Amino acid sequence: MPAERKVCLSGSGLTKVFGFGRRKTVAVDHVDFSFYEGELVSIVGESGSGKTTFAKMLLGLLKPTEGEIYFQGKKRDISTQKKRKEYWKNIQAIFQDPYSSYNIFRKIDTVLLDCIHMRGGRGLPRAKKLEMMEEACSFVNLKFEELTNKYPFELSGGQMQRLMIARVFLLKPKILLADEPTSMIDACSRATILDELMQLRDEIGMTIIFITHDIGLAYYVSDTVYIMERGRFVEHGSADEVILRPKGAYTRRLISDVPKIYEEWDLSTV
Amino acid sequence: MRHTIQQVFRSGKFVVGFFILVAMLLIVIVYPLIVTYPPLQIISQGTFFPPGIYVNVYDSIGSTRYTLNLENAAANRIASKLSNNDRHAMKDWLVAAGIPENEIDINDTEQLLGLWKGNYDPRVNIAGMTNAQRNYYIRLNNSLQGLLSTEAVIIAARNADIGALQEAGVINPSDYVNVNQVPNVRVLPLGTNSFGRDVLTELVKATAVSLQIGFVAGTIATLIGLTLGLLAGYIGGLVDDIIMFFTNLFTVIPTIVLLILISFSIGQEKRGAFTIAVVIGFTSWVWTARAVRAQVISLRNRDHVNLSKLSGHSVAHIILTDILPYIASYVVMALILQISTAILAEAGLSILGLGPKTTEVPTLGLMLNWALIYQAPILGKWWAYLPVILTIVLVTFSMNLMNTGLDQVFNPTLRE
Repeated sequence: MPAERKVCLSGSGLTKVFGFGRRKTVAVDHVDFSFYEGELVSIVGESGSGKTTFAKMLLGLLKPTEGEIYFQGKKRDISTQKKRKEYWKNIQAIFQDPYSSYNIFRKIDTVLLDCIHMRGGRGLPRAKKLEMMEEACSFVNLKFEELTNKYPFELSGGQMQRLMIARVFLLKPKILLADEPTSMIDACSRATILDELMQLRDEIGMTIIFITHDIGLAYYVSDTVYIMERGRFVEHGSADEVILRPKGAYTRRLISDVPKIYEEWDLSTV
Repeated sequence: MRHTIQQVFRSGKFVVGFFILVAMLLIVIVYPLIVTYPPLQIISQGTFFPPGIYVNVYDSIGSTRYTLNLENAAANRIASKLSNNDRHAMKDWLVAAGIPENEIDINDTEQLLGLWKGNYDPRVNIAGMTNAQRNYYIRLNNSLQGLLSTEAVIIAARNADIGALQEAGVINPSDYVNVNQVPNVRVLPLGTNSFGRDVLTELVKATAVSLQIGFVAGTIATLIGLTLGLLAGYIGGLVDDIIMFFTNLFTVIPTIVLLILISFSIGQEKRGAFTIAVVIGFTSWVWTARAVRAQVISLRNRDHVNLSKLSGHSVAHIILTDILPYIASYVVMALILQISTAILAEAGLSILGLGPKTTEVPTLGLMLNWALIYQAPILGKWWAYLPVILTIVLVTFSMNLMNTGLDQVFNPTLRE
C-alpha cells in the first residue's frame, strides 16, 4: 500500500436516529471514519448493529440526523436531483438480496442501458452500446446473447448478483458499497462473486466498502476492518491488526462465532 | 404482462363477470343499430301498456283472413275474459243470492255461466254490498254477454256519400290473420312506461348512459386517488401531511351527503349526465388515495427503488416505472370497483330526484325514479322497474365478480 494515501470518503459525527421520545432508536451513533482511495474496507457487525443504515447514509438514500460526510475532501452536497445524480456517478452499490434488487417489469437490457446512459453514453450508436453491454457481461462470465430480452427474475440468484457487478463495471464508480452481496447466495457462487469483485477493483481501481456479518470473510478480502457495535465503531485498523490481535470483547466474540472450518484456515496462520 | 393476463383469464369468476359485462356492452352497442326508434319517443297514449306484441286492429281487418278450426279456441276466449277473480266474485254473488255453495263449481265454465244467466238480476239488492261492488257486477255481467255466442261479427263502415253505415265485412270466430301479413305490428317486449315510452329501447339507452357515467366517474376517481396516493406515499413529509389532511376530511363526510349537497347546489338546469359523472368522480376518490398511499409507502424503500435512484432516474421516472407497475393490479381492481360504485351512486342520486335533468337522456336511476313517481310498484307494473333493477344488479354483479377474480389472481392467499 502506498505511503501517501488519499482520503476518498470520510465522515464525522454521523448519526441516524429513528423515531422520537420513548420509541427512539439510535441506529448509527456519532461515528467518525476515513476510507482511502483504492482500499477495501470491511464493516463488520451483528445484524441490527446499524451497518445497512450506515451504508444507506453513505449512498445518500437516507438523510443523516447529524454529522457530515466528506467526499474527496469536500463536504458532500446532494440537495438537488442534479447534484445527487453527479454523486451517484461516483458511488454505487450492490444490495444484499438480488431477488428484490431488480424491477421485475424491466428487462436486463434496460438495466444495463441505464448505466451506459448515466455515463453519458446516450448518444452512442446502438452497435457501440451493444458492444459495451457484451463486454460487461463477459467480464462476469455471463453471455449477453442469453440475457437479452429476458427479465432479471428469470436468472438465478448468483447470476443476478453477477449482473449487478456488470452494472458496476459499466458505471465505473470511485466507490462501491457492497452490502452483504453474498449472504443470499449459495457457497459455490460466493467465491466466484468475490473473485469478480476483486478483479473489478483491480480493473477500475475503486474503493470497496464491504459490509458483512462474517468476520472470516472480512479477513479474507479486506485491507481495513471497522467493527460496528450498536451503531458505533468500536475498533478499526488493518485486517491483521483487528482480527489477529483484537482489543475489544465484542470483536473477540465475533471471531469466536465464526464456524470451525474458517477458524482452522483463518487463525492457524498466527 | 402476457403471463398475468393469461392467468387472469384462467380465473373462473373473472371470466364469468367479464363475459356478462362484454355481453351487456355488445347489447348496448348493437341494439341501437338494429332497433332505430328514438329511445325517448312517446308512443303510447296512456301509461304502462303491458309487454307483448301489438297488432294493428284496423290493418288486421283488411288483411287476408284464414279459417282455422282449433278445438280450444272458444275455451281460451272465455278464459281470457273470465279471470279467476271474476269466477270467485260470481260464486260469492250466487251464494249470497241463495244458491247452495256445493252446487257451484267455478272451474266448470259452462255450468257457472248457466247459473249466472239464470239467477243474476242487477236489481236484486244483496245485504252488505257497496255501490262500487254493485257496479262491478253490472260491468262483469255486460262483458259476459255474447261470450258463448258463435255468431259472426259484422264490421260496418260509414258511406261518405249517403252517410249511412254499410256492411264492410263479416268476422267469424274461427277467422285468423297472419301477423306477418299485418303491416303494422310493434313488439314491446317490456311494454311502455309512465310516459308511454318503449321500456326496452329506453332501458338499452339508459344502460349505455349509466355505463358512460360509471366509466367517466370511475376514471376520474381512480386518477385523482392514484395521483394523490402516489405523491403522498412517495414524496412523504409535508406533501403527505397536506394530502392526508384533505383525504381524511373527505373520509369523515359521508359521500352520499356530499353528493346530494353538490347535486342540489348545481341546480336542475345544469345537471347533465356528464356533470353528474364528474361530481361522483370528485367525491369518491378517497379510499383509492388511502390504499395507494399505503402500498407506495411499503414500496418506496425497496431495493429496486434504491437501485433506480442510484441509476440517476428522476422522481417522475421512478414513480412511473418502479412504483406504478407494482401497484397496477390494485389500481385496475380499484377502477372496476369505482365504476360499479359510480353506477350505483348515480342510481341513488336519481331515485332521490337529484340525477341528470329528465328531458334528454334516460339513465338507470332516472328510470327507477320515474317508475317510483308514477307508482309502478304499487300498481303492479313490474315491467317499468324490475328490468331496470335487474340491469343494475347485473352490471354491478359482473364488475364485483371480476374484482373478486382479480383479487384471487393477484393475492394467492385468497385462492380456494
